Parts: sequence; C-alpha cells; structure tokens
Amino acid sequence: MTSPLQQKLKITGPSIVTANRTGDGAVIYRTSSNGWSTELSDAAVVRTADDAKALWAEAMADDLGAIGSYIAPVEVGSDGSIEPGNIREAIRLRGTTFALPASA
Amino acid sequence: MYIHDEFDSTLLKERVDEFRDQVRRRLSGELTEDEFKSLRLMNGVYLQLHAYMLRIAIPYGTLSSTQMRMLAHVARKYDRGYGHFTTRQNIQFNWIKLSDLPDATADLASVGVHGIQTSGNCIRNVTTDQWAGVAPGEVDDPRIWAELLRQYSTLHPEFSFLPRKFKIAVTASDHDRAAVKIHDIGLRLHRNGAGEMGFEVLVGGGLGRTPFIGKTIKPFVARRDILTYIEAILRVYNQYGRRDNIYKARIKILVHELGIDKFAREVEDEWLSIKDGALALDEAVIADIRSRFKYPAYEKLTDNPDELKQALADPTFKAWYRNSVSHHRVPGYGIVTLSLKPVGGPPGDATAEQMDAIADLADRYAFGEIRVGHEQNLCFPSVAKRDLPALWRGLDAIGVATPNVNLVSDIIACPGLDYCSLANARAIPVAQEITRRFADHDTANLIGRLHINISGCINACGHHHVGHIGILGVEKNGEEFYQVTIGGRADEGAVVGTLIGPAVPYAQVANVVEDIVEAYLDLRLRPDELFIDTVKRLGVEPFKERAYATG
Repeated sequence: MTSPLQQKLKITGPSIVTANRTGDGAVIYRTSSNGWSTELSDAAVVRTADDAKALWAEAMADDLGAIGSYIAPVEVGSDGSIEPGNIREAIRLRGTTFALPASA
Repeated sequence: MYIHDEFDSTLLKERVDEFRDQVRRRLSGELTEDEFKSLRLMNGVYLQLHAYMLRIAIPYGTLSSTQMRMLAHVARKYDRGYGHFTTRQNIQFNWIKLSDLPDATADLASVGVHGIQTSGNCIRNVTTDQWAGVAPGEVDDPRIWAELLRQYSTLHPEFSFLPRKFKIAVTASDHDRAAVKIHDIGLRLHRNGAGEMGFEVLVGGGLGRTPFIGKTIKPFVARRDILTYIEAILRVYNQYGRRDNIYKARIKILVHELGIDKFAREVEDEWLSIKDGALALDEAVIADIRSRFKYPAYEKLTDNPDELKQALADPTFKAWYRNSVSHHRVPGYGIVTLSLKPVGGPPGDATAEQMDAIADLADRYAFGEIRVGHEQNLCFPSVAKRDLPALWRGLDAIGVATPNVNLVSDIIACPGLDYCSLANARAIPVAQEITRRFADHDTANLIGRLHINISGCINACGHHHVGHIGILGVEKNGEEFYQVTIGGRADEGAVVGTLIGPAVPYAQVANVVEDIVEAYLDLRLRPDELFIDTVKRLGVEPFKERAYATG
C-alpha cells in the first residue's frame, strides 16, 4: 500500500496538521516547534503541498505522542487568527454542537 | 437475569489483565499505534473525533441493577457523567482516556460486562427482543438462544477474522422487535405444522451503503441443528466472502451475488458434513443455559388493582400508562418502557444519576432487571401494575417518563458528526429540533405510531433505511445535506424506504418532516391508518409534492 506521504496531495488553502493525543485522545495541533498543542492558535499553518507533507511527516513520526494525524483546512484572518475550515474541525475544536447531557 | 459461570468471570479477568499490559506497552512506546489498533478494537476501544470511545456489549439487552450501577460508576469516574445507548443493545462512553481504560474495563468486568467483540470482523453482540421472556404469545425466551450463540461465538478462533463484521439477532414473537430482517443472520423462533419449536433462518440482511432485507434461507431448522446450521453459513461466508473490497465484504453482498438459492445449496452441502458433529445440540446443554436464567417469582395479582384505577384519574399518568406500559404474559404485571428521548435531548443518552436512579427503581419495582432496546430506550420487563403509579413518579422525577414511545419524537439517531469520525453530518441536533417541533403530546398522539431514524453517514447506524421517515446526512461541498426516505420499516414486514427527492440543507430538515407529517394527516383515510400504511397505499409522490412545494 502506498504511504499517504507518497500520494498526491491537493492543498486548496491554508492548512494545519491535527491528531488525537495518545494518552487521552484529546484533539491536538502540530506546532511549528515540532510539538503539539491543544490550541488551534498554536498550530503551524502551511500553504503548499510540500510544506503540508513535511509537517505531516513530522507528525506521523511522533507515534508515541499522537495518533490519526491528518491535514485539515483552516481559515486565517487578516489578524492572523486561525479558524477551522469545515464543520468537522469546528466540532473537534469546540466540542459537540449541543449541551452534553451530564448533570455532573 | 442470566447467572454467568466461573468460566466467564475467569475469561474476563484474564482479558482485562492482557489489555492492561497492552495499554501499558502502548503508552510506553513498546507498541506502535499500528500494532495496538487491532488490540484496542478487539476490546471495544475506538478513536472518535474528540477522544477514545469505549463500546460495551449488553448481551441480548439484559442488565441487572448492579450492572447498571457499574455503568453509572464508569460514566462518572472515567467519562463525563453519561453514556449513550446504541441501536445494537450496546452502550458507548465517548470521552474515556486510554490511560483509564484498564481500570474502567476491570470495574466493568467485576460485574460481568465487557467490550469484547464490539468491534472487528467477528460475530458481534447477539441481540434480541427487549421484551424477551415476558411478551405474551412468545414461543420461547429468545435470550436462551442468544446466550447459546454468545457462548459459541465468544473468541471463536475460526470466526474472529471474518471478511467483515457479523451481526445476529433473534426473535420469538410474531411482532419482531429485534429487527431480525436487517441482520446478517436473523433467527425467528416458531413452531412448525407438527408443533415442534425451531427456527426460521434469514440471511443477508443489512443496511449501510447497500441495504438488503434478509432472505429466508431455511424456513425451519430444528433446535438440535441450529448451531451447526449457523456454522455452515459462517463457513460458506468465510470462504467466499470478499476480502478485497470493504464495501462488498458483508454477507449480504455474497448472498446477493450468488443468489439465495445457490448460497443455500452451498450452506446445505457444508451443513450435511457437520450436522451430526460436536455442535449438534444436546437438550442438556439448552437445559443448563435455561436453568441459569433466573425469572421473577411472580405473585398472583389482579390485572386492574385499585392503585392503578385511582391513578388513571390523573391525565398525566394516564397518558404515560397508555403510551409506555404494555401487556405482560403474567396477569397483574406490565412491561414498562423508559423513554430516553426527552424533548430536545440527545436520543439514547442517560446520565450517571439517571442510571443510578433507574437501578434503584428496578430493585424496588422490577425485580432488579433492566432491558435495552434497539430503539435506544430502556425497559423494565416486569412491574406489578399496583406499583405503576409509584414507579411513574420515580421515572418522571428523573426525566425518563416522556410519553412518546413509538411516536414521532421517539427518534433513533446515531451519534453523527458531533462524535463520530466516520460521519459526514450531524444527527443528534436534527433529532433534537424535530422533537421540539413535535413536543406537544396531543399532536404526537394524533399522528400516532411513526418512527424517524437518522444516520450521519451511509454506514446507517441510525437505521435510516428502515425508518418510517429516514434521514441520511451527506456532505456536499463542505455543507451538511440530508436525504429523506419514507416507507421503511424494521419489523416483520421490513422494507427499505424510498427516497422522496433531492437532499435538503440542515436548516430545512425539520420543516420537511413537518410537511410530510402534515401531508399524512391530510391523506390518511381514518385516524387509525398509520403513517406507514398511508405511504404504502399512496406511494411517495403525494408526500414528495408536499415536502418540496415550499422549497
């Protein structure tokens, strides 16, 4: 099977690499300092396929820290703020779109 | 309740120890995720959008109050204080940490509950009628046969790596509450012309990307032969089922491509070679399983006690009684459905506090026994009718006495894009909005029986194909859209619904449902013509015209 990194990658706009943290499954974002953050604002933003592949390769190399990494679209505001590029990523960032039922 | 033997508890303890070591090695880096993934999945641990998810099987939907309290404990201690009951008599915890999973699974195993075979290409949790053992007119308690299959299929070496997952359901009533026709194998216990009890065996049912209603492969299989016959089906599937294409790997595709007659011949040939072998059932085996099911010591009670007569003067109680209490095979008792579908709530969710309270009420009024149905509601199978008013007050106090069972707001919905990594669109908020539109119980009663099923992707965990109104979330250019079908049903007359037109955006789904329901109210011949019967009589066109008239 062809590695995802060998496959053709189409980037249509600013993108980030995201995954889930191995220990607790929390949503995390790859930073520009070769680490992870739970804050989208800390994410490294890439704009070309080559840069995206490089960032993703770094992320996948950290098998102990994160699982299921992938490239996701974002929107970058004029002030540099980063927002999720689709509803799936918005839900991953902000949680369910309804109040959780727990009373605890 | 079923009393497990020492073999079961030893197996679970050993499995927990093994999993604890696997998690330790994963967290220390000894195991890569590639190596660990199949191990965690074998224990029911998935990765979802926000976190790991633990899926726990509730075999044949039967829980003791002790087990329910343990689910509450796990929800409270290791998760976010609630659990989600699914369409396959499972419960899912959505926020559990990998590092907590060994302790959580150990706690669950202490009461005989686990996540083994709730994932992977194996035989999954065997499901049945949530009214098993108490339904009037039932041929036998189908849980005895589901338990036999549980024992047979647990860690079965030959069938742990099938081409794809495999689901079996059993019913023993004329009215099918277990949806056996949409399972890989459906078993219907019945009596033949000679009065002998046996099984009609259906095969090749399933929903997902390619929905099929199961076909009868053999109208009558004697009880002695049921395991060998199922083994023959599994062997033919294991040999010929496709492994090259995940979308064509389920047995339904094999049955469809071979044709039921050819598939049946293959099974018959295999069966004849094994039918008198070690799996030919000895009555003593069935008797042993039967003896491990403990039934309540029913009293001789009047069917219309004073307590009930007096309480029926209260219209709120009366509405709940008429909606949520069903006939029991023993006079003086009723079957009580607990609605996990509050108006505006996520379908199938229960908080830890509700679970604890339900366990307490089960101990007080229902012989400590709770059932889980595929409609994502709970059930107390045996409640003395004299206790119904007191039970109702207890259920109402914790929000599980909404009198909407089988009505328009009793919606089946998968977790959808709010949780699930496979989903394309949200399902729960759609359900919540529809329940708000139909919050008025008088209106819901006027409409009558109407099942709405919602899935957030084509995998169809919300069984949208067989909803009277089915709603399927799809993604178009990054936006959520929803296809609407009508006329599906999951019972003994199971049929796949018909698409009524183009997908509509998220904001319009509830409007379309309202339009369809209004059309039904205008078109039905009389108040007791059910929605599903009106659709069958008229087809989809009149509904399509109404649903799309306003754009």
